[in-house]
Order: sequence, then structure tokens, then C-alpha cells
Amino acid sequence: MDIMAVQEPEIAYKAGMKILVIEDDREAADYLQKALAEAGHTAHVAADGDTGFTLADEGDYDVLVVDRMLPRRDGLSLIAGLRARGSETPVLILSALGEVDDRVTGLRAGGDDYLTKPYAFSELLARVEVLKRRSGGKDVETMYRAGDLELDRLSHTVRRAGRDIPLQPREFKLLEYLMRHAGRVVTRTMLLENVWDYHFDPQTNVIDVHVSRLRGKIEKGFDKPLLHTIRGAGYMLRAD
Amino acid sequence: MAVGAVIRGAAARLSALMKTTAARLSALYLLLFGVCAIGLVVYMTSVSVRILVTQTQETINEESMSLVRAYERGGLPFLVRVVEQRARQPGANLYLIADPNGRILSGNVESLEPGVLETVGWTSRPFFYKRYGERGPLQPPAEDGGPPAPGAQPPHAAMALVLRLPNQLIMLVGRDLGEPERFRSVVQRALILALGTMGLGAFLIWYFVGRTALRRIDSVSEASRRIMGGDLTGRLPVTGASDEFDRLSENLNTMLARIAVLNEGLKQVSDNIAHDLKTPLTRLRSRAETTLSRARGESDYRAALEATIAESDQLIRTFNAILMISRLEAGYSAEQTETLDLTQVVADVVELYEPLAEESGVALETRIDGNLVVDGNRELLAQALSNVVDNAIKYCAGHAETPLVRVTATRAGGDVRIEISDNGPGIAPEDRGRATERFVRLEQSRSQPGSGLGLSLAKAVMGFHQGSLSLGDAAPGLKVIMTVPVRRGGA
Repeated sequence: MDIMAVQEPEIAYKAGMKILVIEDDREAADYLQKALAEAGHTAHVAADGDTGFTLADEGDYDVLVVDRMLPRRDGLSLIAGLRARGSETPVLILSALGEVDDRVTGLRAGGDDYLTKPYAFSELLARVEVLKRRSGGKDVETMYRAGDLELDRLSHTVRRAGRDIPLQPREFKLLEYLMRHAGRVVTRTMLLENVWDYHFDPQTNVIDVHVSRLRGKIEKGFDKPLLHTIRGAGYMLRAD
Repeated sequence: MAVGAVIRGAAARLSALMKTTAARLSALYLLLFGVCAIGLVVYMTSVSVRILVTQTQETINEESMSLVRAYERGGLPFLVRVVEQRARQPGANLYLIADPNGRILSGNVESLEPGVLETVGWTSRPFFYKRYGERGPLQPPAEDGGPPAPGAQPPHAAMALVLRLPNQLIMLVGRDLGEPERFRSVVQRALILALGTMGLGAFLIWYFVGRTALRRIDSVSEASRRIMGGDLTGRLPVTGASDEFDRLSENLNTMLARIAVLNEGLKQVSDNIAHDLKTPLTRLRSRAETTLSRARGESDYRAALEATIAESDQLIRTFNAILMISRLEAGYSAEQTETLDLTQVVADVVELYEPLAEESGVALETRIDGNLVVDGNRELLAQALSNVVDNAIKYCAGHAETPLVRVTATRAGGDVRIEISDNGPGIAPEDRGRATERFVRLEQSRSQPGSGLGLSLAKAVMGFHQGSLSLGDAAPGLKVIMTVPVRRGGA
């Protein structure tokens, strides 16, 4: 049972996702297509808003990556149009705009996540993979397991190999997020956004210190490491 | 030729004047006044003339009635006597008694227009007549037939009542129309005079007002041409008359001053960008170049690429901070803010930094009051606070015996006051002003990582919230004081 719970996301990862990239900058789109393919996904590219809308409406995509400024039809109206037609495909908005509340506007238009250009590909990949997972509707689970680590969302308790591990509320939230996305990379920004609910670039290594504290609590006295640092990207909770 | 040029020049000036608003307004007023004046005068003369004519008719009626009564009483001889008597009085009416063939028997009329006596009743139109002793023609010449005879009096027009007496004699009682005619001509002359004066006045006003306005506008557009030409220090002329033109010029000058300041800021930003982005970009490029020519194996390439990514991340961070500061400085908008409790935000930031402080051996002391409600942007405020707390931890770690960062958030008057102090080396008073300027990294901090924009960004965020950020002395160490106005009308 425990092994199954860990294996499942791995399989999903290997199967790859079908991603539609709507981006008018050819070079950026080509790069994204290649990099997503290397990560095991199939990516299609649409170079303008109209084509993007048609493809997104007809094709069965797992995730859409939509640039905010597009020729013929801008990104936000495209997303609003899709949502009006009942589409629930998760959307990641890419934007070169830097207004203070652009993010809010983007999410209000029906986007699920927002990334400002220039971005690190690792950040984009991590967010896209989490988006697919989010739309899978697995958030209703009350118990997360990874190897011998268990997190009970109802009683707010964490056990490893049957031993209680006491955690601070914030540490619990941090572990909960990592376990929900077990087997996937989560970035520092994603942690700040989802665990602390702040959307800015965490400076220096604040988040790292929190993660290493948590790591100390869930790994101290156990042989197997669970919380891995992925260089240049972020963290991944995985039992292997 | 010279005269032609002068005329052409004058014509050009006139056409420029004609195009001015003042000229158009003057012309419009002139037209309006003219129409009104003519209407009024025409109405008044026609009414007055009608009244005069009616009065004349009544007088004639009475006269003729009394003459008829005289005839009935004393017959023709008595009537003739009465007529002769009345006709001799100065300014008398016209009296005439004629036989059925129109031959004049008695009265003070020597001759009159033929045909007047043929119809009984009121004459249908004014007729010309001549009294005894008058010289000159009976009627005014139809065409301009030369000058009137010397000593001739102008012909008179009159209206009259013609009666037929029982013995077939014809009696005419009339009255000269000179009075209404004189009145009409007086009014006409007055009208022409008034209209002429009005026209002249309008022309003069238009000429002087229009020309003055034109000259002022010319000088303003001349000055703006110079400014458009690139001389941003140029200003529009202010005459000191405190009129509309002066006010306009003053406002435009204020605007120009603001533009000059913004322009200066822009220039400074581009200088700073050049300075702070060029250096890492050069480093990035030379590292790639060196790696290409010297790298021995995969691990060399990997290390170089990782360093490149780290460097470009730092560049992106710097760039984002510059953009953010510019956007914040562009101004406040209520859409981007909400009502929030700073107590929670400060507590969140402190909680976020607690592990880092502990790991760096820095004690974190806090005193956060409750209910610090402001209108603000939660993300921006949290970012500003975390920048300052980050700095404080960074600068006192390893610099003090027992490193300590103290965060207090209290309400002070109409503001929420947040103080973040450390016991690190601090900043010398003379450098404090500069420390919050963009890109300024004081010498002693050059060794520390960071874009050098943390404090500038925090200051911009406070400015965006109509608050402030200032630096003080924590003796020892640096104290950063941030204020945000308490929500208006809120608790």
C-alpha cells in the first residue's frame, strides 16, 4: 500500500503530459517545446491567440501554458473564453508585465498559476507538473504517505515508522505541501506561495533553513533520506 | 514695390488676426448687437409714427366736425370766415374750400397734388401741397433734376380729410406730416450713428485684445518650440500680470519642472542600470569565453554553466527590483490595496526569518501590538519588511558580540510605526541619506551578497503606501523606521 502511494506519481510522471504552449516568441516556444519533451512531456505550440484558442478548445490537453500578450487575441481573454465554454484545463500564465497586481488580474481571469518572465525553466516545469496534479482532484485525501512517513491531515499528526514526530504548525503545512506533491519538484517560490501565502521572491536562503529544520525532524534517527534537494530547482519528497 | 510688400504684410497680419478667437467673438457680438438694435429701432419708430398719425387723424376729425357745425350754423359765409380766421394762426392746419371742379375758393393752401380732392374721406396716402406765399416746386423732382431753385423750401407732405358740403362744395382739412417725418429721420440718424460707433468699438477692441492675445500666444509657442528642441531648462514667459496667460504659463512651467525631474531620474536610472547590470553581464560573458577556451571536461562545463545560471538569476532579481521600484514610484492606486492588519504581516515575516536568525546566531526580539489596520498591499509590505529584516540579520551576524535584531510594530499617532534595529556596525549619519538611494551600496557592504536594492525597494513600497522609511541610530547599529498611515476612518 505504502509503496503504491509513492509509485503512482512516478508513473504519471513517466507517462508524460500533453501540454499546449501558446507563445508568440518562436525561440522561446521552441525552447520550451524541447525542454518539456526532455522532461518526458508532449508539447504543442500555437503562435497566436486565435490558433491557441482553437487548439485548446479541440485538443485534450493536460495543461496550457499561455503567454499574456499574444497577437490576435490576448492571453487573458483567451483563458476567459475557454472558461466560458466550460473548460477546466489548468492554465499557467506567463507574463512579461510587472505591475503590482498583475498576478491577481491573471488569476481572476481564470488562470491557475502565474509566472513572470524571465523565469527559470525548472520553475516552469515544477509548476506545470503540480498543476496537472492539482486538477487530478486528489486533494480530498486525508492521509499522505511516503515510504514509512505518514501525515494525517485531520488529526494534524505526523508519524514515521510508527513513531510520532511533533511539528510546529508551519512545519506541518510545509510537510503537507511536500507530501501532496511527493515525487515532484517544488521550488522555493512555490513553497513561499503555498505554505506562507506570500508571492515574492524569497531572498537569500530563508526557505532553505525552514526545509532543513523540517528535514532534521523527519530524518533524524532514520536511515533513509526522504527530503531531497534538487540542485538549481528546489526540493522533492521521495522515498526510494 | 516696397508699398506692395507692406500691404501684403499687413494683409497677412490681418488674416492672422482674423483667425483669432477674439476677432471671431467680436464679429459675432457685433452682428448680434446690430440685429437687435435695428429690430428695436424699427419697432419703436413704427409704433411712434403710428401713434403720431392717429393723433393727427383725431385732431383733423375734431377740426372738420367743428367746421361742419359752423357751416350748419351760419352757412358758407360763416364757414369761410371761420376758415380764414383759423388759417391765419401760426402753425395752423391746412384748410381748403373748393368748388365742385376743384377750383380753390378759400383756405391757406395755394395748390396741391392733383386728384386729392376727387375722393371723399381720408386721403389714402400722404400728398404734397403748397401754402400761400411758399416758393419752389409742389413735388420733389422724381429724378435728380439738378439743384433746387434758390430760396425754395422743400415740399411738404400732409394727410387730410376731404368732405363734400351739402351745396356740393369741397372742404379739406389736413395736417402737415412734418413732425412724424422729422421723428423718423432723427431716429434713423441716431441708429446709423450708434451702429457706426458700435462697429468702430468692436473693431478697436478686437484689434487690441486680439493682437495682445496673439502676441502672448506667439511668445508661448516660441518658447515651447525651444523646449521641444531639447532645451528642457527653458521656461515659458510670465509677464507678472497674473492673468490667464500667466497662470497657464506658470502651470506649464511647473509641469516642465516635473518633467525635468523625471527625466533626470530616468537618466540616473539608466546610468545605474548601466553600472549595475553591465558589470555582471561582462563577468557572465568572460566566464563563458574562458570556459570555451580552457575547459577540460564535462565537470568544468557544468560548473561554468551553473555559475552562469546563478549569475543570471541575480541579474533577473536586480532587474525585477528596478522595474518594481519604477512601478511603485509611478504611484498609488486603490485597486492594488486592501484593508489588512499589519500585526499579522509583521508576525508572518518574523516567523519566516526566525530559523534563519537562529542559524546565524542572531537573537530575534519582537514586540508587535495588535490591531494595526492599514490600507495596503500585503505582498509588497511583506516583501519590504523581509528585505529590511534580511539586511538586519545579515549585517549583525558575526559583527556583534551577541547579535540582536529587534522588531517592534506599534501605533504612533496616525501611523503604524515599525522599527527594525540591529546591533551591527550601523551606518554613519552622513551616509544614511544615500543608503536608501537606488543602487547605493556603501563600501563596507560591498562584500555582502544582494542587489543593493533591498532598502530602496522597501522605501519605494513605503512611499507607495504614503508612508516613509528613514534610517536612525540604534546605538550601536542601524535602526530602520518605517511608517504606514493607519486606515482612514477605520479602527
